[in-house]
Amino acid sequence: MNFPLDALTAVSAANPWTYVVFGCIGFAFGFTLESAGFGDSRKLAAQFYFRELTVFKVMFTAIAVAMTLLFGAVGLGLVDFGHVWVNPTYLGSGVLGGLIMGVGFIVGGFCPTTSLASASTGKIDGMMFMAGGFVGAFVFGETESLFDHWYNNAGYHGRLTLDQVFGLPARGLVPIIVVAAVLLFWGAEQIERLVGRRDMSREPRWRGAGAVALVAAALGVLVIGNPSLEDRYAKLSFKRTEAVKQPDGKTAPVPRVYRADEMLAKRLAFVSPAEAFKARYQQAIKPVYLDVRTEADFNLYHLADAVHVPLARLDKIVPDLLSEPPANTVFITIGNDEELATRAWKLLVASGVQNVYILAGGVNGWIAAFGADDPALRPLPDAGPEQLRYAFSAALGDRYKSCAPDPRHHEKLAFEPRIVLQLRRDKSGGGCG
Amino acid sequence: MAGQGSFFRRPEKAYWHPYLAGAILGVVLFLAFALTGNGLGSSGATSRIDAALVDIVAPAHVDRTPYLLKMAGGDRNPLDDWIVPVFIGALLGGFFSGWFNGRLRFQTTKGPQVSDRTRWTLAFLGGVIFLYGARMARGCTSGQALSGGATLAAGSWVIMLSIFASAYLLAYFVRKLWL
Repeated sequence: MNFPLDALTAVSAANPWTYVVFGCIGFAFGFTLESAGFGDSRKLAAQFYFRELTVFKVMFTAIAVAMTLLFGAVGLGLVDFGHVWVNPTYLGSGVLGGLIMGVGFIVGGFCPTTSLASASTGKIDGMMFMAGGFVGAFVFGETESLFDHWYNNAGYHGRLTLDQVFGLPARGLVPIIVVAAVLLFWGAEQIERLVGRRDMSREPRWRGAGAVALVAAALGVLVIGNPSLEDRYAKLSFKRTEAVKQPDGKTAPVPRVYRADEMLAKRLAFVSPAEAFKARYQQAIKPVYLDVRTEADFNLYHLADAVHVPLARLDKIVPDLLSEPPANTVFITIGNDEELATRAWKLLVASGVQNVYILAGGVNGWIAAFGADDPALRPLPDAGPEQLRYAFSAALGDRYKSCAPDPRHHEKLAFEPRIVLQLRRDKSGGGCG
Repeated sequence: MAGQGSFFRRPEKAYWHPYLAGAILGVVLFLAFALTGNGLGSSGATSRIDAALVDIVAPAHVDRTPYLLKMAGGDRNPLDDWIVPVFIGALLGGFFSGWFNGRLRFQTTKGPQVSDRTRWTLAFLGGVIFLYGARMARGCTSGQALSGGATLAAGSWVIMLSIFASAYLLAYFVRKLWL
């Protein structure tokens, strides 16, 4: 089974039981926060006067534990990190918003979720904070248009994770953060002893064992490593419906699950030039033509609007493909024939990118479909595989007529549709959005 | 209402040890990620509930405001989102823990030097400020610091540091509220 579960990544009233799952997660969340003492504003504020560092200990333990479990599960191939929501980085609004939150924290004595734990147990200050929160969120909604451009663009870096920032693999960063956390916990206890005059001899002994266990688990994450792209590719499954003839003579759609190699063998991953072309004029689909050929071939001839990413560099843009474009984006990989584009397809689907297809026949097939009567394109009968089978009068790139065929001349193109839009979370769909 | 059996006066129990609470919270957070791909959060629900209310009073205004349009435009229901059941679940979970551990009572938690009325005013004001900042940063201490922190999101770590930086910088000047 692949986690996260597909059924739970798209929550809506259409599947009411998904609400029950999220309700239970919220219940565990609220229960834990209240049990940690976060319903009491004095406990939260004491954090900022070094009297007791409960907030720091709880939060950082939670981050360290969740991170270790998450990247461990990713390493074992249980969880697909590509489908885990990673908050996109907006440095401008993030820093200013964070600074404003700090003011609200020390003045109000709560953060939003702790105020829920407080208000629900009868604390009037918690209720006041919650009520203020509704006003604050309302005011933000009414004023956001004043700085909309800054809000959506300042310091935007998309799905950026710390391992990318530091140029380390995530599995190596996990033990570093966990060891740092343990050292900081030790420091926090010294501060509590000196400033808060806490008697540390009464602290439970098991915390030392817990620290050792956590560090060991984090080192385990380092050792496990990551599943290779081949492993992930082998585990992929695609849902399709197939028209099957029923005993009564009618055809009915039957759901089928295919492995990735079956998708290739049955040519379900290939879109005809006609479908790739028509996709441009469909409201529901935003096609991105990913040209993975050499720069020389790309300069000679490419589809209008094609994005040039040579196969060797394709893995670098995967994080952007996972987060950046809208949810209805369909990627179509393009080679001269199909071999190169199929390798690109395998890499992308194994990396968790959804809605990826291959241009059937590649650029050669495209020219055969749309540019066969262009005198500027002369067929080369003895071209090898993955080579352009045409000679070009000049390297015009996308300025040949057939690079952007006139839609009025091709209104009635027949093709067997292959694109099945699988909606993923878009920019505002996950996280706290 | 006397004795151990009554509903509201259960014997009061101590809070969990911070590291234990943190470890349990970490497991909850991990399960949320593993099952749903989403972390934990709450501030998003606040603005969605707001958007739902505005949509009842002034639907035309919603359709003209880009930020509200994304949540409640047209026939979109702003409450149809994972974060709303998490928000309601957290309220219920907090209540259940308070009841279970005998901490269910009307009171005001505050520093020794401020009156109830001052504390209420400042809690309200703090809520206004915090949620304004949380919506600006696209998430609060749970959605950004906790969930984003665990997924190694770079922006979330920056936000986490910003929250604590300004709270620590300001703490000295408002110490009369708490000490």
